[in-house]
Amino acid sequence: MALSEPSVTDTMGGGFANPPRDAAIAFRAALDVMARPGVIREITGGHPPLPLSPAAGSLLLVLCDPETRVYLSPSCDTDAVRAWLRFHTGAPLVAADKADFAIGPWDQLCPDLARMRQGVQDYPDRSVTLIVEMDHLAAEGVRLTGPGIKAEAFLNLPETTAFVANARRFPLGFDTFFTSDSQIAALPRSTSIEGAS
Amino acid sequence: MYVAVKGGERAIDAAHEWLADERRGAPDVAELSISQIREQLSLAVNRVMAEGSLYDPDLAALAIKQARGDMIEAIFLIRAYRTTLPRFGVSAPIDTGAMRCDRRISATFKDLPGGQILGPTFDYTHRLLDFALMADGAVSPEVKEGGPTDAVPLPHVTEFLDREGLLQPEPEDNTPPRDLTREPLDFPADRPLKLQALARGDEGFVLSMAYSTQRGYARNHPFVGELRIGRVAVSMDIPELGFAIDLGEITVSECETVNQFTGSKTEPPQFTRGYGLVFGQSERKAISMALVDRALRWEELGEDNVGAPAQDAEFVLSHSDNVQATGFLEHIKLPHYVDFQSELELIRRLRAEAMMASTGPREAAE
Amino acid sequence: MSYNFAYLDEQTKRMIRRAILKGVAIPGYQVPFASREMPMPYGWGTGGVQVSAACLTPDDVFKVIDQGADDTTNAVSIRRFFEKTAGVAVTEKTTEATVIQTRHRIPETPLSADQILVYQVPIPEPLRFLEPRETETRKMHGLEEYGLMHVKLYEDIARHGEIATAYAYPVKVEDRYVMDPSPIPKFDNPKLESPALQLFGAGREQRIYALPPYTKVFSLDFEDYPFDPSKAAHPCALCGAEDSYLDEVIVDDAGGRMFVCSDTDYCASRRETGEAA
Repeated sequence: MALSEPSVTDTMGGGFANPPRDAAIAFRAALDVMARPGVIREITGGHPPLPLSPAAGSLLLVLCDPETRVYLSPSCDTDAVRAWLRFHTGAPLVAADKADFAIGPWDQLCPDLARMRQGVQDYPDRSVTLIVEMDHLAAEGVRLTGPGIKAEAFLNLPETTAFVANARRFPLGFDTFFTSDSQIAALPRSTSIEGAS
Repeated sequence: MYVAVKGGERAIDAAHEWLADERRGAPDVAELSISQIREQLSLAVNRVMAEGSLYDPDLAALAIKQARGDMIEAIFLIRAYRTTLPRFGVSAPIDTGAMRCDRRISATFKDLPGGQILGPTFDYTHRLLDFALMADGAVSPEVKEGGPTDAVPLPHVTEFLDREGLLQPEPEDNTPPRDLTREPLDFPADRPLKLQALARGDEGFVLSMAYSTQRGYARNHPFVGELRIGRVAVSMDIPELGFAIDLGEITVSECETVNQFTGSKTEPPQFTRGYGLVFGQSERKAISMALVDRALRWEELGEDNVGAPAQDAEFVLSHSDNVQATGFLEHIKLPHYVDFQSELELIRRLRAEAMMASTGPREAAE
Repeated sequence: MSYNFAYLDEQTKRMIRRAILKGVAIPGYQVPFASREMPMPYGWGTGGVQVSAACLTPDDVFKVIDQGADDTTNAVSIRRFFEKTAGVAVTEKTTEATVIQTRHRIPETPLSADQILVYQVPIPEPLRFLEPRETETRKMHGLEEYGLMHVKLYEDIARHGEIATAYAYPVKVEDRYVMDPSPIPKFDNPKLESPALQLFGAGREQRIYALPPYTKVFSLDFEDYPFDPSKAAHPCALCGAEDSYLDEVIVDDAGGRMFVCSDTDYCASRRETGEAA
């Protein structure tokens, strides 16, 4: 334990330099991509410990605090990440089924998806938001239509089935941010998906 | 030639200046100090603290001064200030059993350990204007007997009924209560949330609701088991220290009512209770709150819903907050040209069509 | 004393931002949020103000309109609030603004994809005047049970020969949620389908909802009584526009009237560019 204890500087660094300003700018990127599925934007300001991407770290700084429950997938669940998250957000870490936000690569989040919060009939908003770490983001792959999309959009989703099923459950379901390096994209539950090209 | 209305900015500035001037009043009259308001209008200060949900007599006095004595405006000022304050932690529950009472009365027992303490009450004053107060420099009489005590803590009256099992026990529950100021109001509301809403609810509204129960809209036969007003310590656990430290003392008013009993074939009859707790000396509010609390408990106590307003949690909680109510009420002063215009056009058209239908096209032509 | 950027503390902004994102993800659904007391009264735009405060960045150009006008007193008051607390640039020009807060109107000038329109909402629940209980209306939305609304509209037709709702005309969003578009005149309803993101904030009622760009918005009607967004047929007396919503102004003691654009920026720009008739 003592050996893997992250250093104080690692933990305390990597937050927003100017929190009100940086958070406002980062939020607008997050808002923009959630409102326009398939659009890819830069989101910066946060410098979390590996394996978290700067984009995922920035998003966590924008959205998480002691009132949000966070689930870290196994590969993200390191002492350094825990310490960083605790110091900068104070968010309690929880099991996947309790989470407001769940972070990790798709292959690690996917097995727990069925147990995660999908909202209830009267309160579909009481549902998890996934932050899926990706190798890269590209406006190619499956065809997206629906709110936020003028005619059509494309995004390299990590798989199709789960997201198609999610859209069918609307208004229940989960919403997803995809992060890679300093880039972010999103897929709300309202988006219809057609098979990969 | 018509010129579109302009000058909103100038009008606002001018209104603010005029307001400041009116607030000050005649300049040859000495300006009120905050300490004068705090000390001499203390019940007003108490109400602002209670409904503003912030215990700070100086700021409440400032709010009253700034609001020109408009209580709801003062409460609003305190609320708006309160939301900007960072939250460092949550205090331990106060122990009203350890209260140092300035006033403590029971309507259910003639005498009881610790005795009845009348305290500084209007109750038995004759409501005659005291013109002596009009004279400048009136000297306040010295308190000959009584006055603030540091007497030993007094037992709650309800404890005596508890011991005999006559009063329905309240379950011990250490779940942190929901927080009305941090979460949206959501139904069904549990009792802690209802009490929270009532504690910061408008005194007039809660009073009227309570009064309606007395007049038969869900009557619940209340006795004031005990009303106590006094000072209690506020303490907070400091994790770094590993123990709780006292942060200071606040004055609160607490009312426990003993109400009509319930019982069934399996349960022998027991009295039930209503509860009120308010910042400062605010006993009208504390008693009202206890009555409304009791009325809202109909479901939990297996009583009938007689359709009385005071039984309707959604109605009571949605309309008890005077800052919300006054804002929405007064917003109808704002321009509604657009909505009104759309209604105007609609009603003109509907009238024209109606006249056309009844009198034929010629007469209806405009 | 000094307040945080855009007045609200960071934790409050995070809470509002989370609610906005869920609102965007579920178009037309009202997300409960823990609305805070603001230094302006409930009912005077606190919902819109909180949403704007959560969205604004220091680089934004902010516009506020009330009844379509930039110079109405409450619009001035809100604009000043953000000038002071967020230091943002402000404008009266619709085309220059990146965030527009509005009460009761949608600007006449078509909005673009890089703009956000923030509505102040008094009563977010379209079913509220048919069913006063939140617990009931929430169930109706959950079950997509909107019969009551259709009955009300049909009763209008039976009594008046048409749907007698002139503003806050209910819409259905993406074939799912019935939504109150705030008290805009029904003339504005077609503009609800927009390239801009539209956010709705109801402070006192503690609700946030959203229309992402290009979301399908359908004004409720019946096949034989289709929705009609038309307005009284007058041109603006100042700029001659025939396609804009008009305020009726009483100009003399005899009750003489004239009609002028409610959107003051639209009217002024038309006159500046010589489009006026």
